[in-house]
Amino acid sequence: MSLSQNDVKKVSLLARLLLTEEELTTMTGQMSDIVGYVEQLGELDTTDVEPMAHAVEQFNVFAADEVAPSLPRDEALANAPKRDDECFRVPAVLGE
Amino acid sequence: MSLIHASAAQLLTQLESGEITSVELTKACLAQIEGADKQVGSFLRVMTDSALEQAESVDARRKKGEKLGLLAGVPVAIKDLLCTKGEVTTCASKMLENFVPPYDATVISKLKAADAVLIGKTNMDEFAMGGSTENSALGKTRNPWNLDCVPGGSSGGAAACLAASMAPLSIGTDTGGSIRQPASFCGVVGMKPTYGLVSRYGLIAFASSLDQIGPMARTAEDTALLLEAIAGYDPHDSTSANVRIPAYSQSVKQPLKGLRLGIVKEHFGEGLDSEVDAAVQEAIKVYKSLGATVTDISLPHSKYGIAVYYIIAPSEASSNLARFDGAHYGHRCDEAKMLEQLAKERAELEAKGDEEELKKLDTSLVRMYRQSRAEGFGPEVKRRIMLGTYTLSAGYYDAYYLKALKVRRLISNDYETAFKNVDLLIGPTAPTPSFAAGTKTDDPLAMYLGDLFTVTANLAGVGGISIPCGFSKSGMPIGVQLQGPPLAEERLLQAAHMYQTATDWHERRPELS
Repeated sequence: MSLSQNDVKKVSLLARLLLTEEELTTMTGQMSDIVGYVEQLGELDTTDVEPMAHAVEQFNVFAADEVAPSLPRDEALANAPKRDDECFRVPAVLGE
Repeated sequence: MSLIHASAAQLLTQLESGEITSVELTKACLAQIEGADKQVGSFLRVMTDSALEQAESVDARRKKGEKLGLLAGVPVAIKDLLCTKGEVTTCASKMLENFVPPYDATVISKLKAADAVLIGKTNMDEFAMGGSTENSALGKTRNPWNLDCVPGGSSGGAAACLAASMAPLSIGTDTGGSIRQPASFCGVVGMKPTYGLVSRYGLIAFASSLDQIGPMARTAEDTALLLEAIAGYDPHDSTSANVRIPAYSQSVKQPLKGLRLGIVKEHFGEGLDSEVDAAVQEAIKVYKSLGATVTDISLPHSKYGIAVYYIIAPSEASSNLARFDGAHYGHRCDEAKMLEQLAKERAELEAKGDEEELKKLDTSLVRMYRQSRAEGFGPEVKRRIMLGTYTLSAGYYDAYYLKALKVRRLISNDYETAFKNVDLLIGPTAPTPSFAAGTKTDDPLAMYLGDLFTVTANLAGVGGISIPCGFSKSGMPIGVQLQGPPLAEERLLQAAHMYQTATDWHERRPELS
């Protein structure tokens, strides 16, 4: 299956990536090649096959319901590109 | 044998007898790094001061007669995607160039508890995505056997530092072959343990259902030692296997009687380099001479492994890497410039009266995410995020992701059937020896096909090990791969050690000027 540049542009928004026109062109070609390659899986009849999401099939692994110390606020904020004393800072989202 | 060429097992004997100190050993490794790493580029950062402090502390405690850990005083290099408290941990990405984790990964805690000396952080493909370490945003690593060639990837730095005698032990990670393939390219031993045997807590995730941390060394005996130090149940990782960890370092020397090897016939066809074929056939003869029996085995769905992998791994990556948004940590674009550009785009669309495009225009927060990620990630990472987002998107999920999960089951079933008849599988680790840098960078699909013989072990969650088994005519190392059923690491290590008692490929070292 061949992808159009418009398809790739839509995916770039979903993926939260801003691509240049040049990147969009290159990506469209490369993604089409790879998607074309993986389509060989269509040869296989998998109607009654159970999907395998994980090599270790464990369900409902819960952590103990115990209060434990959390990361101190200063340490949690230490790697933030922008912060004030208490919060991460991001561009304004209201009023746009 | 000089300190830098000795095995970790030999070094431990010398350390315990007092013949050498950890400070002497650490200084010897640091001197080799200082001399050789300008050419090889294995390390992103060398932790000189803290390594010497750890070495001094171990020496002092040993002098006092204290009980010490399994790796007491032995330097270990760490792939730069394991969170190390207080040490910059980058994943070889501009995105995390200045990230300092507030905690240690479980593997790091275990190495510290084993009294290892953490000597530095090694280079890799960005976020472990790649087969040549050419995708690192922070530097080039070269193959010590030929500096024009790649060391393999993504644990290229981890393998190259062993080959160039800069450290006796090294930690790598393997999502589709990223320990075994660079081990093969650099002429060292690399093991991908069974999924769940080693905790992934603190590993910066790429594809969580496939990622596994593993040991790299120059001998099977040292690989066993390192695996013993890092394996074990961890309540911080819900996929961690709650099983007893054998004393691999003790059992590794026990020869395997009546070893039944299966040759995967699909691994010896079109696309396999003739020199690799010949070297692996020789390795099989060695096993026969050691008493192993050999039978042909089929993994009929293995040819679909790459296709399955390149749906599942990018899908998981697109989800895992969503956390890099420029808000909480990592790279953020220049906000003032970004807002200025956005205002300009809005004004242009308003002037044109293009209402439809105006509606689609990013909000400032979304543009901040998009631009920060565009600047922080390299081309391979962007490609995989895009692929994963595409295959998980509405309308394509069933055709790609769900289909891949079903074929993954068939691949896993193939292994289960094979291991009813044989103890281990044997075959080439990679289809070719190392290749010249730059030759595959513009053709991602060609690069992906290099994982042909390794990805299926990750999909099924089984263990695999690559051991040096020869050289090409141009002098590049070749590796043979053994794969075992889940939790058969003891058997894999014993079989690898058996081979190394009968051959000397692992004792050869590259000549660096």
